[in-house]
Amino acid sequence: MTMIFGVPLAVLSGQLLIGVINGAFYALLSLGLAVIFGLLKIINFAHGAMYMLGALVTVVLFDLMGVNYWVALFVAPLLVGAFGILIEYFLLRRIAGQDHIYSLLLTFGVALIIQGVLTNIYGVSGLRYSMPDLFKGGINLGFMFLPYYRAWVIVVALLVCFGTWFVIEKTKLGAYLRAGTEDSQLMQGFGINVPLLVSLTYGFGVMLAAFAGVLAAPIYSVTPVMGSNTLIVVFAVVVIGGMGSIGGAIITGILMGVIEGLTKTFYPPASSAVIFLVMVVVLMFRPNGLFGKEA
Amino acid sequence: MNNSVNSADIHKVIVEQQKAQDRKKMMVNGVLLLLLLAAPFAFYPVFLMKILCFALFAVAFNLLFGFTGLLSFGHAAFLATGGYTTGYLLSHYSGLTTEVGIIAGTLAATVMGTAFALLSIRRQGIYFAMVTLALAQLVFFFYVQSDFTGGEDGMHGIPRGKLLGVLDLEDNLNMYYFVLAVFIGCYLLVQRIVSSPYGQVLKAIKQNEPRAVSLGYNVDRYKILAFVISAALAGLAGSMKSVVFQLASLNDAHWHMSGEVILMTLVGGMGTLLGPVVGATFVVNVEYQLAQGPLRDWVDPILGGIFVLTVLAFRSGIVGEIQKFMKKNLG
Repeated sequence: MTMIFGVPLAVLSGQLLIGVINGAFYALLSLGLAVIFGLLKIINFAHGAMYMLGALVTVVLFDLMGVNYWVALFVAPLLVGAFGILIEYFLLRRIAGQDHIYSLLLTFGVALIIQGVLTNIYGVSGLRYSMPDLFKGGINLGFMFLPYYRAWVIVVALLVCFGTWFVIEKTKLGAYLRAGTEDSQLMQGFGINVPLLVSLTYGFGVMLAAFAGVLAAPIYSVTPVMGSNTLIVVFAVVVIGGMGSIGGAIITGILMGVIEGLTKTFYPPASSAVIFLVMVVVLMFRPNGLFGKEA
Repeated sequence: MNNSVNSADIHKVIVEQQKAQDRKKMMVNGVLLLLLLAAPFAFYPVFLMKILCFALFAVAFNLLFGFTGLLSFGHAAFLATGGYTTGYLLSHYSGLTTEVGIIAGTLAATVMGTAFALLSIRRQGIYFAMVTLALAQLVFFFYVQSDFTGGEDGMHGIPRGKLLGVLDLEDNLNMYYFVLAVFIGCYLLVQRIVSSPYGQVLKAIKQNEPRAVSLGYNVDRYKILAFVISAALAGLAGSMKSVVFQLASLNDAHWHMSGEVILMTLVGGMGTLLGPVVGATFVVNVEYQLAQGPLRDWVDPILGGIFVLTVLAFRSGIVGEIQKFMKKNLG
């Protein structure tokens, strides 16, 4: 068997694949955080809870009404996104324009509530969700086995990431968004409903998290606490990429997934800490993150 | 009063007022002290000690957040480091007296705090919070995987030992008065720091950092020192906690603990001296009362709700709101 640095190729590529998949989730989640922070200056500590809600709603919809995966892929993010808009409208709006730290504290409280309530209803053991039949099985690439579902996750996550980046950086709507956050009064003057834009942006960021949750439902164990530790990692990813940098969030997300996978292959004990280590090193040399603009 | 009041008279009046205020403060403090001294006869001492340990933790955190404006989201690391270090030393070196163990734990947290400070101090606001959070996560993962901490099980059976080799701390009453003495000492220290010229500079940095820079202060140095003192006191709180409960667990290192100390400080009133103490008392009590009753599974959501309410409705916290109320209504 082919060996690379003393590790069988199949093992290495298997870990790399897991790394890329985790990276795709990190990218989706950190992208949502970056959109929300970059455009609204809100530190969304409830992001992990929204990701969890996406997965949980998928499972619950299936159990209650037999809603299948494909429908859930649209419905769950919409439901969770609407929930996010409610939170923006009733809570976050009240502290707009104040120190960012209050948004962090507020959303932290919201996350505690959501997670705590759902833990009481569903417990902390994983809920089951089986993937659609279409994705059963996989393809043998010769040096490794690639399950179809994992390939699908990578492809669709990348497409969504790229689409989001394109809309925000290259389209007129994106320009409105960016302008609205630069100078909301001026944009109001141009007849643009900025508060609505803010609500929708928050809702969209939340939808991205929920979408990641739906994708995660068939491969990770779905529990009310699944988002809380992921969230901390994703925050590290956002900081490494440069807060508010849309492209940076995507690239760094995938990169960090891969680094984590490699660490798991070569030195497992460090695998859960490696991203934080990278963050410390990056910040020492590039205080604004890899893709952050000079403050 | 007639129109011929001169400035000397006004000065006298102000001094009189100041004196009266000081007297009032002294009286309040005296009453509080008496209450604290008598408390273990009315309440379970271990519960009181828990409050005191968390109060010290919150006071330490508030020095950084409330007075200097730096939101550390990694203070659990210092609490845990103090606790583990003290716990390990007291468990493994039976010749060690308790205070040596506690001092060692505090020093360990101080060293770690210095490292954190140097790595994070140039970042501002949210970045600062995120960097401290990430550093604390590194520490958490280190403790999860180290053998000496007992991993998920934690460190059990830490002996309380004898203070100065004489006073038996296995006795809850002795232990309580020791913890109380340390707490009061630290509280006075923080009070002293905050009212000193150094503390004034910290407040200036909080209000407007660029202005403090342009006034010629080496802002980074001030912030680093504040961070280190805060970390040391947080470590001390952790050390004492491990002696009180004879236990050091992974919970103390988890980022939820960093969130909890923020909640305590915020609820009590950040930037006030008494606020964190009131906040810690409140939160520990809420958790304890809920745990007894039918709502014991709802502690987290209720704490979350308190978080949300505080941020939305009374951001000055309990003590801050009372102060505002007094100022408005009682002159």
